[in-house]
Amino acid sequence: MSDAKLSLSKTEGSNVFGRIKDKLFGYNFLLFVTIGLFIIMYIAGLIVYKDKNFGNTQVFLNLIISNAGLIITSVGMTMVLIIGGIDISVGSVIAVTCMMLAAMMEKGHIGAIPAIIIVLLFGILFGALQGWLIAYLKIQPFIVTLAGMFFARGLTAVISLEMITITNKTFLDIAKHKIYLPFGGSLNRRGVMVYPYVYPTVVLALVVLIASFIMLKYTKFGRKIYAVGGSEQSALLMGLNVKRTKFIVYIINGFLATLGGIAFCLNTTGAFVELGKGFEMDAIASTVIGGTPLTGGVGNVFGTFFGVLIKAVIETFVSFQGNLSSWWSKIIIAILLGFFIVLQSLIAMKKEKKR
Amino acid sequence: MKKFNSIIRRITHIPLFLPLLCLFLVLIVNLIQTPSFFKITIQNGVFYGYIIDIINRSSGLIILAVGMTLVAASSAGADISVGAVSALCGAVCVASLGTGDVYQMPYIVSVLLAILIGVICGIINGFLVSYMKVQPMVATLILFTAGRGIAQLVTGSFILYVKPKQFGYLGAFLPKVPIPTPCFVAAVVVIITWLVLKKTSLGMYIQAVGINSKASRLVGLNSKMIIFLTYIFCGVCAAVAGLISVSRTMSIDANNVGLFVELDAILAVAIGGNSLSGGKFSLMGSVIGAITIQALTTTLYAMHVSADQLPLYKAIVVIIIVALQSPVVKKWYRNLRSKVSTVEPVKEVG
Repeated sequence: MSDAKLSLSKTEGSNVFGRIKDKLFGYNFLLFVTIGLFIIMYIAGLIVYKDKNFGNTQVFLNLIISNAGLIITSVGMTMVLIIGGIDISVGSVIAVTCMMLAAMMEKGHIGAIPAIIIVLLFGILFGALQGWLIAYLKIQPFIVTLAGMFFARGLTAVISLEMITITNKTFLDIAKHKIYLPFGGSLNRRGVMVYPYVYPTVVLALVVLIASFIMLKYTKFGRKIYAVGGSEQSALLMGLNVKRTKFIVYIINGFLATLGGIAFCLNTTGAFVELGKGFEMDAIASTVIGGTPLTGGVGNVFGTFFGVLIKAVIETFVSFQGNLSSWWSKIIIAILLGFFIVLQSLIAMKKEKKR
Repeated sequence: MKKFNSIIRRITHIPLFLPLLCLFLVLIVNLIQTPSFFKITIQNGVFYGYIIDIINRSSGLIILAVGMTLVAASSAGADISVGAVSALCGAVCVASLGTGDVYQMPYIVSVLLAILIGVICGIINGFLVSYMKVQPMVATLILFTAGRGIAQLVTGSFILYVKPKQFGYLGAFLPKVPIPTPCFVAAVVVIITWLVLKKTSLGMYIQAVGINSKASRLVGLNSKMIIFLTYIFCGVCAAVAGLISVSRTMSIDANNVGLFVELDAILAVAIGGNSLSGGKFSLMGSVIGAITIQALTTTLYAMHVSADQLPLYKAIVVIIIVALQSPVVKKWYRNLRSKVSTVEPVKEVG
């Protein structure tokens, strides 16, 4: 008893350093490590690839442009991980999203906007089904989403075995619409000022990121997610509706996975069966590298954002190097993943000991 | 009515009832589809037929499922790296043998080398799970991501072919033996594992650790070591499955060896009635589960479903099977039954 009091007074003491130390060496520490790592890697890139214009604003923006879909999907994945679940179906959901969009627009002659709405509805339905099986039938999330992964991939093949290229004008207009930034321009060879640009998908990704950050941090539902993820038992005793919270999180996740799929599709403007294979592992890896442990209850979408950026920087390095096999980026990401996982478990063990 | 009820109850309470029922259903569908399903003929001195084909094809999966069962039982998780590890082990085996007309090194040495790689992968996974307390799915995610990459580096991103004929023995037939070799390998793996678990107390230890690792540590079991060992064993199983797989095609394609096989192995364990959250397990259940999955795959191929569309049907079947095993559905069913038979006292139900 006295021990507990002692440790309580230690953490709640007016000692500012103690408080800062606690903030630094808890799970927040992981977020700092992630951001720090990204900055170090970026600076390293600036030095090593100086002659290849790594410092160009456009190169930085390309990191986000090429990974807008991944950011959106990873935000959904972060929520699922916070609640203590996992979703490995997202890669296949992205494939089926692209395939449905392509098939509806090219073969069904449905307009771009209705097609997008139908696909989003499909995502909500898919998420609801998975959520129902997980929350109300209490089947393990891994198994349900494993089946979901099979299902969505199979559905993609049932829709079409051949590749479909999208030629719908509205869709391509959205995809190719460049939004120029008012700053950060550079002179090109002819001496004309060229401003960096982003595509609408980037705006979408950032909106999703900020909206979900606000939801997780400042709304009742967001806090419920953390509570359920931290301890289902306590959340239940507190009178929270655990099942419904889980259910809704999986619906949001399904929605975000299809939204990510649409962003992905705007990038590729085509669909084939093998699309997005291994994407779920990218999403999980980015989330974990971003400091969300898989034990639930802890997590931050901005960490996830930096996790995606780290992955993007590694890929850019490998492609800038030119002579490296693209497998190296996978191996490096795996090593990083291992490093972060070990770090997380060390922190968790330390916390356990403190108690 | 009473008698009927008790018979039903007795049948449904046989262990492995559900897995066997699933297998039975799949086989019945096959029999209706293709009447010659159970016919076994002898061609070129070897047995030939649908059943033989299913058992042959499922043997790799059986070996993986055995390893996966122990991992699931001890650590309440799954090893999702088995596919990548078997690709890596296959790549090491083929690369060490070389693509010449004769082997670069004795066959047995290269097999041992591949198994050693499997053990090392198991050590990495096991260390992370047991000593670093990382969730199994996450710990094995590392090798899942990197394994195929390393295999590609080993093979130099080429598809390598092995020329000597003897290399195919492991994946096809030994000379003058009518039964496919993988069946023997699978049988040996299952029997050895079963004997070790039954004759020593290891099986009980694994269950104890899976049910409550803290309690079993307090009782005096080295629970970390036991979890560690199951992962090493799973690595060895993956290596053996990888060897069979490369021997079957006489080549290594690091992108495709054991692709999605981890999912099949996990499903085999789940269909076998084993809880994926640790504790009690049944090896036989997993074996039946593996055969069921392979039978389902073969059935769907026979119904002219394309390989890419296959997962859709597999997923539906799997969800139905797993939903039936869910505790909530079992409770509904029990309530329903007790409502139906309200005439008699429902004391025994439960």
